[in-house]
Amino acid sequence: MIRYLLGRVAFGALILLTLSMFVFFLFFVAPGDPARMVAGDKATETQLIQIRTNLGLDRPIHEQYLSFLGKAVTGDLGFSYRNQQPVAKLIFNRLPATLSLVVGGVLVWLAVGIPIGIMSARHPGAVRDRLGQGFILIGLSFPTFVLGMMSLYLFYFLPRQSGFMLFPAGGFKPFLPNPAIWAWHLILPWTTLALTTAAVYARLTRGQMLEVMGEDYIRTARAKGLSERKVVWKHGMRATLTPLATQLGADIALLLGGAIVIEQVYGLQGVGALAVQAVANQDRPIIIGVVLLGGLFIVVANIIVDIAYVLLDPRVR
Amino acid sequence: MAVLEARHLSVDIPTEDGVIHAVRDVSFALEAGELFGIAGESGSGKSVLTQAILGLLPNAIVTGDVLFEGRNLLGLKPAELQSIRGSRIGMIFQDPMSSLHPYYTVGSQITEMIHAHEKVEKTVARRRAIDLLARVGISEADRRFDSFPHQFSGGMRQRVMIAMALILNPPLVIADEPTTALDVTVQAQIVALLDEMRRERGTTVVMITHDLGLLSSIADHVMVMYAGRRMELGPSSALFAAPAHPYTAGLLASSPANYEAGAELVPIPGRPPSLLDTPKGCVFAPRCASALPRCTTEAPPLRVFSDGLQSLCWLEGPPADAAASVAGIAKAPAADEIVVKVEGVRLTYGGGSLFNPGAGFEVLKGIDLELHRGETLGLVGESGCGKSTFARVLAGLIPMTHGKVSLLGRDLGSLDGRAWQAMRREVQLVFQNPFGALNPRRRVGAIIGDPYRIHSLASGTERKREVQRLMELVGLNPEHYNRFPAEFSGGQRQRIGIARALALNPSLIIYDEPVSALDVSIQAQVLNLMRSLQRDLDLTYLFISHDLAVVRHVCDRIAVMQAGQIVELADAETLYRAPQHPYTRTLLAASVTTPPRHPAAGRTLVSSNVVEVA
Repeated sequence: MIRYLLGRVAFGALILLTLSMFVFFLFFVAPGDPARMVAGDKATETQLIQIRTNLGLDRPIHEQYLSFLGKAVTGDLGFSYRNQQPVAKLIFNRLPATLSLVVGGVLVWLAVGIPIGIMSARHPGAVRDRLGQGFILIGLSFPTFVLGMMSLYLFYFLPRQSGFMLFPAGGFKPFLPNPAIWAWHLILPWTTLALTTAAVYARLTRGQMLEVMGEDYIRTARAKGLSERKVVWKHGMRATLTPLATQLGADIALLLGGAIVIEQVYGLQGVGALAVQAVANQDRPIIIGVVLLGGLFIVVANIIVDIAYVLLDPRVR
Repeated sequence: MAVLEARHLSVDIPTEDGVIHAVRDVSFALEAGELFGIAGESGSGKSVLTQAILGLLPNAIVTGDVLFEGRNLLGLKPAELQSIRGSRIGMIFQDPMSSLHPYYTVGSQITEMIHAHEKVEKTVARRRAIDLLARVGISEADRRFDSFPHQFSGGMRQRVMIAMALILNPPLVIADEPTTALDVTVQAQIVALLDEMRRERGTTVVMITHDLGLLSSIADHVMVMYAGRRMELGPSSALFAAPAHPYTAGLLASSPANYEAGAELVPIPGRPPSLLDTPKGCVFAPRCASALPRCTTEAPPLRVFSDGLQSLCWLEGPPADAAASVAGIAKAPAADEIVVKVEGVRLTYGGGSLFNPGAGFEVLKGIDLELHRGETLGLVGESGCGKSTFARVLAGLIPMTHGKVSLLGRDLGSLDGRAWQAMRREVQLVFQNPFGALNPRRRVGAIIGDPYRIHSLASGTERKREVQRLMELVGLNPEHYNRFPAEFSGGQRQRIGIARALALNPSLIIYDEPVSALDVSIQAQVLNLMRSLQRDLDLTYLFISHDLAVVRHVCDRIAVMQAGQIVELADAETLYRAPQHPYTRTLLAASVTTPPRHPAAGRTLVSSNVVEVA
């Protein structure tokens, strides 16, 4: 088990290394002079040379990469001259907003998606199933930004016109000192994020549950005289969990790297918003930092999913 | 006083294709403490019947009465039925692999049941479960309580299922094909255990099975079902000695257990009817050897005989003994030409790596065999003994670790790629599962024509003609050339597999459990086809099976395999009459045989009632 884990970690490290090389060299060959970006348009040629020497831009590319890598391992992702702040600090400041959005969103979409999936699976073909299927279809086909705009119009703009504040238009408030304010600001982003993703989970749960409920051991559970609730929620759900966990790990990791659309719509200053600004400003250190952070989340999430898999399924233990 | 009594029970299951009349007007009564057998082929409604009684078929429409402990089970609310399930009526299912939840420990699955019906402390429930696990033969039950189902062998899992069914001491236990998925030697142990437990506790047992031989040795009363109807019911001894219904007689005659040297099996022709429509006359009439003109137009009456047998049939006396009318077919002796010679074949999985040399798992431990042209060699052994692996090695699908296989005098190990592909034509395989072995999305014509395509032998109309010739040869309608496998029954699919194997006129055909997934009456059809093809085309067969009765029927010589080795090899009859190796004796002792049949002495017709079938 430990050997297996070490192998997974080593493989994850290799992936991150490859990713870092890829983004680093990509920006090296991309057009645009980093020194001019730092110094501005009015800088003289001497100033530019001076900056290049200071930043080490005149050294061979592999040397530059190695020094970048050496710092990155210690958590130093470089310096954003445009923002006049270290990249690591910039990203770190943005993490709470993204983390709040993702964690809350995950809870909402699981709470909505799984029950709908189970309900659909338990009465296949019935009206309830059709409604559930309809929800899934709508959820899957609605672009996030349309849903975001709609909910802003319905739950912020209209009430506001009638003179009261149902929900704020967005912005992020820290969890402390007042969690209620934090949650109030996040309810619309959470539901918007959750509704589209809940559809995916409802469909996944439905399919898996339909298969599981046809298994012989479900018949055994019924023959034992267990209540239908226990049969479904204990015996059925237990076997449905594994594929859900796999999907969940991947989804969380992807979102932690930046829920770009939702953060833009609701003006949340998260990692995704940072990435968008950085791309617009050609702020290379930040882009590299965000990409590596996203990669790190995905690698870590995959390792966690692998461990969860082993814990969930006694047969692979 | 009957423990359970069913009166005019019918089960209809609505599906997309229409309503399936799974059970039609079935009545029976169980006496306390007896073992009541329900026999029938797949689709006869025997499992549906018992599951419908317990409310385990949510969509089914169940009519009639089922009286249990003074209550009509069919009129109970779901919650009342739920409290009866498990505590008053225990269930044992067929496949212990899939019937236990893979994610929970076996102990927790048993105690869960105690807690569902009784208010007991956790430690007490655990104690009770461990005691019973030990009682059903799980060693170190204390420790094994916390094991998961996959850590048990098939037989051990079925013991766990038995313990689960008995833990609340129900007066009635329904066992649905409890031994079908198990090896013969394990089957015998499980049946003995069930018998012991019911005698010890006075439990009434309903045993559902397709295995008539098994029922004949333990059942008190037997009910034979066909297409949802109760064809025959009566005391086991009378029923097996001289069945009153032609269907029961046909089943017994087609069973290879009913062996006479050199005789052809007597299959029941045709196949079971669709359950969607209800014929006016007897459901069995189209396949019945004793059918009268009125059988197809008028519903059969219920005949009650003096020895307790009840038969749903127009016949007033015993049916003609089909077995007696078929003459044995002389078999040509095998030639001296050696088709395949296997010397010291070994196969090791894993191991041999840089770090742990020689730590692999040895599957085949040195196999020597010779097959002569025109003979059938049986390879018998329990699951996991390596017999299927050996077949794959022989067909060149798995490389062997050591040893030599020569085919028609040429060493397979010395062939280059091109010669190897040519040699591939000479060995063909027919697989066990006729449902899994054919690609469901390809047409039958394409499947059978594959060998011609792969070896670029015939194309276009020529290939089609060849394929249709093969279909004719194996008894399929050549007009069904364009159909998909799903449109064929299990027996027909196995014929498709055989036709494909025959295409290139191979020197050797390996049958890997070719009939074990088929019903007895269909089994006999396929076995007879294999024999007649061998006689006509001078084919050489390697026949792999766990079923000793089948092997004895079709094979000239038999090799008994145990743990990767051949422990005994002899002529079929010699092996059966005088087994040398202890393992062969164990296998033979464990296989149940059908009792000898004799004419029904002194049986008279007591009454006949015309029954109204709904």
